Amino acid sequence: MVPTSAYLVLSAVLFTMGAVGVLVRRNALIIFMAVELMLNSVNLAFVAFARQHGSIDGQVAVFFVLVVAAVEVVVGLALIVDIFRSRESVDIDDVDLLRG
Amino acid sequence: MEWVIFIPAAALALAGGVGVVAARQPVHSAIALLIVLASLAVTYLLLAAQFIAVLQVIIYAGAIVVLFLFVIMLLHTRSGEATREKLPRQRRMAFILGGIYLVTLVIATVSTAGPSKAVAPSFGTAQDIGAALFVSYLLPFELASVILLVGIVAAAVIGRRPPPEDGGGED
Repeated sequence: MVPTSAYLVLSAVLFTMGAVGVLVRRNALIIFMAVELMLNSVNLAFVAFARQHGSIDGQVAVFFVLVVAAVEVVVGLALIVDIFRSRESVDIDDVDLLRG
Repeated sequence: MEWVIFIPAAALALAGGVGVVAARQPVHSAIALLIVLASLAVTYLLLAAQFIAVLQVIIYAGAIVVLFLFVIMLLHTRSGEATREKLPRQRRMAFILGGIYLVTLVIATVSTAGPSKAVAPSFGTAQDIGAALFVSYLLPFELASVILLVGIVAAAVIGRRPPPEDGGGED
C-alpha cells in the first residue's frame, strides 16, 4: 500500500514544475500547458485525500475541477488564437498593451 | 506491491512534467502533457478512483490535449524563446522561489497525511460519484452546465473571424 504522502510529494513536485514553467517560459501555449499541469497536480492531491479519508467528496471536487479546466482551456485558447491573429505572435512579452 | 505500479507511473509523470516545461516546441510540450495525464490516470486507479481515471483519459487526454494540438497546428508557432529577456533575473528567481515553494508545499501537505481508511469496493465507481453528485452536489452540478455554456459562447464570440472589411493581421 503506497502511503498518501507519496502521492502528495508527487503532487507537490508537479505543481512546482507547473509554477516554474509559468514563470520561465514566454510562449503562451506552453504557459497554458503548465497551468494544466498545476491543475492536474491539485487533482491528484484531491484524489489522494479522498482515498485517505474514505470520503467521495474529494473525487467530486476533481469532477468540478475538470469542468472548470475544460472551460478555461477553451476560452484561453480562443484568446490566444485571437491575439495571434492581431499580433502574429504567441510570445507573452509581445502582449504589453496594458503596460504603462 | 502497489509500489511496482506507482513508481513507474510517478517517474513517467515527473519526466512528462519536465518535458512540458522544458520542451522547445509546443507540440512536444503537448505530447509530454499527454504522458503526464496518462500516468496520473494510473495513480488514480491505485487510489480507488476508477471513474475519475476514466474522466481523466476522456476529457483531458481526449479533449483538452487534442484542442491544444489543434491550436498549435492552427498557429504554426515559431518556437524558440524570445531573444531578449525583458526581466533579466526572472529565470533564476523562478527556480529559487520554486525550490522554496516546493519545500513548503511538501512539509505542509505531508504533515496532513495519515493512514488510509479501508473503503468499500464500490468506492469511486461511477455509481458512487453519481450518487454524491446528484444528491449532495446537485446545485453545483447544474451550475457546472451553465459554466460550460458560458465557455462555449465565449469561445464562439472570441474566436469568430473579424468582419471582412478590415481583414486579418492589421499589424
